[in-house]
Amino acid sequence: MQTEKNVNIPERWASVLLGSALATYGLKSRSRGGFALSALGGVLAWRGATGHCMIYQALGISTNGEQRQGEQVSVPYGKGIRVEKAVTINASPESLYAFWRNFENLPRFMCNLEAVECHDSLRSHWVAAGPAGMSVDWEAEIINDIPNELIGWRSIDGSKVDNAGSVHFNALPDGRGTEVKVVLRYDPPAGLLGAAVSKLFGEDPAMQVQEDLRRLKMLVETGEIATTEGQPSGRKIA
Amino acid sequence: MKAVCWWGKTEVRVVDVPEPEILNPHDAIVRVTLTAICGSDLHLYDGYVPTMMRGDILGHEFMGEVVEVGEEVTNLRAGDRVIVPFPIACGRCWFCENRQWSLCDNTNPNAWMIESLMGYSGAGLFGYSHMYGGYAGGQAQYVRVPFADVSPLKIPDGLPDEKVLFLTDILPTGWMAAENCEIEAGDTVAVWGCGPVGLFAIRSAWMQGAGRVIAIDRFRERLRLAQSDGRTEIVDYSEVNVFDTLKEMTGGRGPDRCIDAVGMEAHGHFPDAVLDRVKQAMKLTFDRAHVLRQALHCCRKGGTVSIPGVYAGFVDKVPLGTAFGKGLTLKMGQTHVQNYTRMLLEKIMSGEIDPSFIITHRVSLDDAPEMYRTFRDKQDDCVKVVMRPAA
Ligand SMILES: NC(=O)c1ccc[n+]([C@@H]2O[C@H](COP(=O)([O-])OP(=O)(O)OC[C@H]3O[C@@H](n4cnc5c(N)ncnc54)[C@H](O)[C@@H]3O)[C@@H](O)[C@H]2O)c1
Ligand SMILES: [Zn+2]
Ligand SMILES: [Zn+2]
Repeated sequence: MQTEKNVNIPERWASVLLGSALATYGLKSRSRGGFALSALGGVLAWRGATGHCMIYQALGISTNGEQRQGEQVSVPYGKGIRVEKAVTINASPESLYAFWRNFENLPRFMCNLEAVECHDSLRSHWVAAGPAGMSVDWEAEIINDIPNELIGWRSIDGSKVDNAGSVHFNALPDGRGTEVKVVLRYDPPAGLLGAAVSKLFGEDPAMQVQEDLRRLKMLVETGEIATTEGQPSGRKIA
Repeated sequence: MKAVCWWGKTEVRVVDVPEPEILNPHDAIVRVTLTAICGSDLHLYDGYVPTMMRGDILGHEFMGEVVEVGEEVTNLRAGDRVIVPFPIACGRCWFCENRQWSLCDNTNPNAWMIESLMGYSGAGLFGYSHMYGGYAGGQAQYVRVPFADVSPLKIPDGLPDEKVLFLTDILPTGWMAAENCEIEAGDTVAVWGCGPVGLFAIRSAWMQGAGRVIAIDRFRERLRLAQSDGRTEIVDYSEVNVFDTLKEMTGGRGPDRCIDAVGMEAHGHFPDAVLDRVKQAMKLTFDRAHVLRQALHCCRKGGTVSIPGVYAGFVDKVPLGTAFGKGLTLKMGQTHVQNYTRMLLEKIMSGEIDPSFIITHRVSLDDAPEMYRTFRDKQDDCVKVVMRPAA
């Protein structure tokens, strides 16, 4: 594991101070809880001192502006755009996982995705609509797969569009359904292709993902996506 | 086909538009046999609900005959006569499963609009602005009904349209307004507004065991209708001080339960109402909340204020300190119409209530532009307008 610095300066200071305080307090109180506290304090202090956070790295998050190529994601930390959105769906993690795991279902609710074709259980080919009838495509592979819990994927090396994503399924108690959380990262290239990619993720990527998740919810819960497109109005005269 | 379209503030037009088509598998197309103008439509007419567009087809109170169903609709067939509740509900989300139909998660294709304005989104509504889904409404000869497998209720032969039409909205709204009061035996219920919603809230309060009902309005015909059951007492707010009068009528305690069946376009020349009017004109606020404030003031300690009247934006000078001090319960919201249609249909069939008593104007769709104005201004003793698209 590389020890890149992915924690920014003020946060490092806060970690050092808080971490040391927790470690001291935890050790003094000598209980099991106290031990856990001091362990957490130790981690925080270490994070503060080294500028590295394992938790952040696992999530693909960096609060440091520097650009460095990570090992697990195709979009480097600190580079490109990162979006995280969640929705609550009235369905089981099992059924949602199964639906998402077949990437060919994704264009049914991701509105700028034209098609996904699965070559095998890991590799897939993605085509997205761009401006002026252009389309953009890339190869992706699944890099993390825990049935009914999470799926992670990324574009393979050399893709025109560097991107990575993950979806997490978290069962909620007492029949409240499943929280579906999506994290997407992409690195918009320059030029025409860049424009195509920008269109793919929309002008407001967070909004785009949120609306895609809303469509997913509609599709899974009701079997259709609510629409008014094609209905009459006084703007179209008979 | 003919349809009543919103054309701008205080302007509606009857326009020839294309007929609706099935767009989704749970859709049905209904040929409208009777439709009504609602007090809620007046908020659109007067331009207080954002995201209306010229040409939008109005109307959320309508019934008719099913002419076509989508492939997933198995409970309805062409020829069935149905009433259609105004909130469009998917029947499958957590809110629908918990019988909070008007809070449905899945029927507003423009949910982002209302979320960005108000921080939440609920069910799509027929003919009620783009932020509520932008669905074409039922003041037309035909209408598309999404999720037709969930909400429409079949009406047995022999019951005239006029007796059942109001199951789509205002009768359940009056019922839920009373239900939200949690009326206990002997309670005095005060109802502000004797429009259709208020009138049905009054009848419902009696059916739910109220000991006394006091109706407040200023239009003679409406007060007369409120009184027509022979036991509702009336207060003309243009003649007396409502607070003092209600206190006097209730031995100094105030009514146990208060219903605001007026909403954001309250009338009156009270200082707060005048200020609201100025702000509304300056677009500083959408809502004139005089009645809500008054209800909070008048309600007895520990009582309940139920708010079926629609509020759309921000309201200030609400006496929250009074409400808090008195330990009031506030209940409000769009009606979960689907919870009440069957039960109220039975009451209509058994003769316990005949909702058609509120109808004062029976016209054709072509009369809509004039009728919107008449109803808005409460001219010509207008209480409720129904329109026959076929005529
Ligand atoms: N919650 C829901 O789902 C739902 C459904 C339908 C209607 N509504 C709302 O209910 C309200 C009433 O609808 P309606 O069809 O009866 O409308 P309406 O316009 O016919 O009736 C309103 C009545 O309030 C009276 N009023 C105005 N100012 C008053 C005051 N200061 N004191 C006492 N009375 C006053 C008017 O004279 C009128 O009779 C509207 O806001 C409408 O949008 C809500
Ligand atoms: Zn209505
Ligand atoms: Zn629903």
